[in-house]
Amino acid sequence: MSGALLSARDLTVKFGGLVAVNNVSFDVQRGEVFTIIGPNGAGKTTVFNLISRIYQPTAGSIHYNGEDLVAQPPHAVAAMGIARTFQNIELFEFASVLQNLLIGTHTHRRTSLWQDLLFTGATRRAEINARRKAEEVIDFLSLQRYRDMMVAGLPYGVRKVVELARALCAEPKLLLLDEPSSGLNAEETDDMAWWIQDIQRDLGITVLMVEHDMSLVSKVSDRVLAMNQGEVLALGSPEEVQSHPGVIEAYLGSTDDLSSLRRSAA
Amino acid sequence: MRFIFKTDYDQDIRIVKHGGQAFWYGLLGLFLVAAPWLLSEYVLAQLVFVLIYATVGLGLMLLAGFTGQFSIGHAAFLGVGAYTQAVLTNAGWPFPLALACAGGLSAIFGVVIGVPALRVKGIYLGIATLAFGFIVEEGMARWESVTGGNAGMHVKSPEIFGWTLSSSTEFYFLCLVVVVLSTLAILNLLRSPTGRAFVAIRDSEISAQSMGIHLARYKTMSFALSAALAGLGGALYAHQIKFLSPEQFSIIQSIDLLIMIVVGGLGSVHGVFLGAIFLITMPQLIAMGKDYLPDSVGQSPGLQTVVYGAVLVAFVMFEPHGLYGRWLKMRTYLQMFPFYRAGMFRRQKAFQKSDRLK
Repeated sequence: MSGALLSARDLTVKFGGLVAVNNVSFDVQRGEVFTIIGPNGAGKTTVFNLISRIYQPTAGSIHYNGEDLVAQPPHAVAAMGIARTFQNIELFEFASVLQNLLIGTHTHRRTSLWQDLLFTGATRRAEINARRKAEEVIDFLSLQRYRDMMVAGLPYGVRKVVELARALCAEPKLLLLDEPSSGLNAEETDDMAWWIQDIQRDLGITVLMVEHDMSLVSKVSDRVLAMNQGEVLALGSPEEVQSHPGVIEAYLGSTDDLSSLRRSAA
Repeated sequence: MRFIFKTDYDQDIRIVKHGGQAFWYGLLGLFLVAAPWLLSEYVLAQLVFVLIYATVGLGLMLLAGFTGQFSIGHAAFLGVGAYTQAVLTNAGWPFPLALACAGGLSAIFGVVIGVPALRVKGIYLGIATLAFGFIVEEGMARWESVTGGNAGMHVKSPEIFGWTLSSSTEFYFLCLVVVVLSTLAILNLLRSPTGRAFVAIRDSEISAQSMGIHLARYKTMSFALSAALAGLGGALYAHQIKFLSPEQFSIIQSIDLLIMIVVGGLGSVHGVFLGAIFLITMPQLIAMGKDYLPDSVGQSPGLQTVVYGAVLVAFVMFEPHGLYGRWLKMRTYLQMFPFYRAGMFRRQKAFQKSDRLK
């Protein structure tokens, strides 16, 4: 597959005796929205942490844009064009929304410490460019009314959007969203779906997300990967995966189990 | 309330945000320039101490207030700067060169302690820096050929090509220039990517890393800058005190420095100056209050320590944002009068912190 932006091969992670991810392979094509689903503890977030290099894989490889991702240090991942959000929001709480977005542009920094200390012309120009980029993202996600507020005082739903905005400020090629709709109400989830579609269509960014809300998943995803207990269950379009017997079993338990339960209850 | 209509990115970047600030800081600048002719010799000496502690405080604030790395051994950097300055000035070096060496050598010490400190956090970092402080203090006491050991050493006045800054006015202006330049450097840093990276590390290391911030490099940088400012402050301190001995750079000094930035307000540059004023005026206030207390309390030796401790506890409990936070609240109250409501500044607890990077 030459069009793959990210390809994972035989990924395995063991924490002591626990195999969190076992032999997982998948390809994310350029321009698609690729979703990983699965019950709790399936290893979805672990896969994310492997891609953003917080964990070291025990075996297997990840290639991004033809380069070996596993060889990169964690802080270099952002510079390669991979930005992420976190399941439990990891914003810089004691800074304003605008400051958070400006930190998002950090990978594009070119000035040195000395230039920053003296605030030379180069730093000033870089600052103005970073601010221009941040304002574009604020416009894109309609965050105008929050731009100068401290993150510590913002409601949960807004923080989720700010985190998305911060990731967009890095101008990524691949956006990793870890449960973008967790903790959001129905209306906010709808907005999130719109934004993910806009990000894919208007900005041309490839999205890889972990998500539980199946209505959001089927609305925005091109392809879905279902995982259970660290292994791949099914891969295909949202409809195919949702009707896959293995997936239904993982979420609801097998029909055999159910009938045996009924019998014992009777 | 003041609302600024912004039409230009430069307006967001500027250090002086509006005319009001320009007016008040201009007034403060005028006062500081005229101070030697307005104030008595004694008050001027106290003002010099405020400026010196403010320089050191800027360094510690950068490290603890903006990068979130606490150091309980900062007096060591102060000491390294002070002894470097003393040795070089006594050897007849011109003072700007000696100052640069004092700052530079402290920065090297900062990197030396910063690199192992990358592996430890929070209270463990505190212990590591505390140990470092003891080592340096012991080193200053034992290296008698250079430092004079516990007998101490005298420091000559700063000198450049035959011109000696012997009067207190001349030395006051030297301190003022150092403080103004350090403050401007810190303000520049905070409005540029480096300063934002520090703040990002303070608030969430894991997400700073995923934004492409090289944690090790920026933490080391913060330690080096912080130590350099402490060293500069130490160099000025050496000239002001004129006599150095190792016990001036003990853990008590380190804790005084921490009290200064916590009482001033962690995470604000204003807080450094308010804290420095607090640290210098407090002993005078205690001395004045002594006469009104019963002898058994007023004349007991540990009075100052007890008062400092009580003040620190009170600030941590009732005003975590320090003197500067208190000032902001008062200002908001006046600006919004009569619409201020209780609880406007109440801190919200954040319950959604995910696992920290171990």
